[in-house]
Amino acid sequence: MGKAWKFGHDIDTDVIIPARYLNRSEPEHLAAHCMEDADASFAQNVQKGDIIVGGKNFGCGSSREHAPLAIKAAGIKAVIAENYGRIFFRNALNIGMPILECPEAVEGIESGDQVDVNLINGTIENFTKGTTFKAKPFPAFMQELIKAGGLIPYVKENKKDA
Amino acid sequence: MGMTISEKILAAHAGLDKVRPGEIINAKLDLVLANDVTGPVAIKEFSKLGIDRVYDQEKIALVPDHFTPNKDIASAEQSKILRDFVKKQQIKHFWETGRVGIEHCLLPEQGVVLPGDLIIGADSHTCTYGAVGAFATGVGSTDCAAGMATGEAWFRVPESLKFVFNGTKFQPWVSGKDLILYLIGKIGVDGARYKVMEFTGQGIRSLSMDNRLTMCNMAIEAGAKAGIIEPDEITLRYVKERAKREYKLYKSDLDASYENIFEFNSEDIPLQVAFPHLPENTKPVDEASGIKIDQVVIGSCTNGRLEDLEITANILKGKKIHPEIRCLIFPGTQDIYLEALRKGWIETMIEAGAAVSTPTCGPCLGGHMGILAKGERALSTTNRNFVGRMGHPQSEVYLCNPAVAAASAIKGEIVHPKEVVKNG
Repeated sequence: MGKAWKFGHDIDTDVIIPARYLNRSEPEHLAAHCMEDADASFAQNVQKGDIIVGGKNFGCGSSREHAPLAIKAAGIKAVIAENYGRIFFRNALNIGMPILECPEAVEGIESGDQVDVNLINGTIENFTKGTTFKAKPFPAFMQELIKAGGLIPYVKENKKDA
Repeated sequence: MGMTISEKILAAHAGLDKVRPGEIINAKLDLVLANDVTGPVAIKEFSKLGIDRVYDQEKIALVPDHFTPNKDIASAEQSKILRDFVKKQQIKHFWETGRVGIEHCLLPEQGVVLPGDLIIGADSHTCTYGAVGAFATGVGSTDCAAGMATGEAWFRVPESLKFVFNGTKFQPWVSGKDLILYLIGKIGVDGARYKVMEFTGQGIRSLSMDNRLTMCNMAIEAGAKAGIIEPDEITLRYVKERAKREYKLYKSDLDASYENIFEFNSEDIPLQVAFPHLPENTKPVDEASGIKIDQVVIGSCTNGRLEDLEITANILKGKKIHPEIRCLIFPGTQDIYLEALRKGWIETMIEAGAAVSTPTCGPCLGGHMGILAKGERALSTTNRNFVGRMGHPQSEVYLCNPAVAAASAIKGEIVHPKEVVKNG
């Protein structure tokens, strides 16, 4: 269980991790500046297991994988959004950063609510409000990617089969 | 039912006769690209795969263009990771400072991207190459790493949206930049999410390659997976003199299926300005006139090409940049820079009081070479005006075409070019 950090629509990757910090790529460096231009207190106050809740088109903009890397290294357990920018979506799956699509949960969660997600069955629970939501399941191929732990382990496994 | 140009390219690279939107395919890549920000992360992921060699040294391009010439020790280290990898793997397409340009200006210019190619790039503006009739899409570093290792990537076949511009007559000063800003304003920053934007009609057919590259470049700003334009005579003239390998021209079938078709009269589109903090906040330039600015940026992978510099020089000729304005101009590549120099345009710019820089992504992403202070406002020919994009989180970026940018640099506030150029 963790605290929900709620953001609005079209949260772009420049806000998730500003380019002025992209001269380095160590995850802990990125985590220290995660969400800085949307909420300067985020990086200091985020706790392991917390959840980010975004609106539509979360992670739009640049292809920087530093964005999901920053979120993951900040200790965020999962991102819940109405939907995602295409490259961010792909990057998150590829690096094993859990993301869920669930407009109802976005509607039903406020900043500060105590929330948990079950990454196996896609259940989202809001303990503060006593409500439960179900995220949209991923297509079969993407589930395999997630199960493998991301693209690199997936490619390694499939290379062995070849 | 027939296929779109995008579906044909994807099918051909997946070894399939037909593909349909929604299908997930594995396809062979003609080029994998990364830069000095995304490349080092990709190289780190590549090293985890336990593969010694990249799949093909000739099909990888590594372009140090973002924080170069390196702005600090950390960014110098990133470039060095790229350089060391290039040496070790004997990567063919790599350019050092002095030869390098902004990747999406450089690769089409050098004939590295060609019609019919399937390309992934660890840079969101990889979609630029749709202008030569390639299917090109932005990915992250891990996809890039897997692509460098295997020469393949998975794709969900995207739905296509068709944007038809009827008529070859445009309003004065209107360019590809205005058309794409107008479209983003119409459909929103997620209006083409996961989809292809296919641009067509007589209006598009009449556009130069520089304008087409600008249009496809910003498809990502509507969330698109790719922007694409069917190759025609103009495309062929551009690629013929550049290509050093074979290429294939694909066209959409007449009975191809589109999720939606949007039609416009070319003549109806006014000059556009996108207000902070999203590219979809577009308005006709007249509604922005009088907004005071501190800095003007002309260049980038969106508008750093020869025609953009020509328009800029024509407007600046014999005039002076407003005393309170910093006007920064970034040619997209060294060839573009040199040509502009030979034509006398660089001289015109410097005489007008502009700063002209070696090619770099620099200020577009708030990297270096022109960062904004708190409360400052830039008018820029770049592609994004997100919060903090060019500097302080409380600075602002307005987007426009080079003519509006150059005219506004003279006036010190956003203006229609006709305010500066007589008979314009």
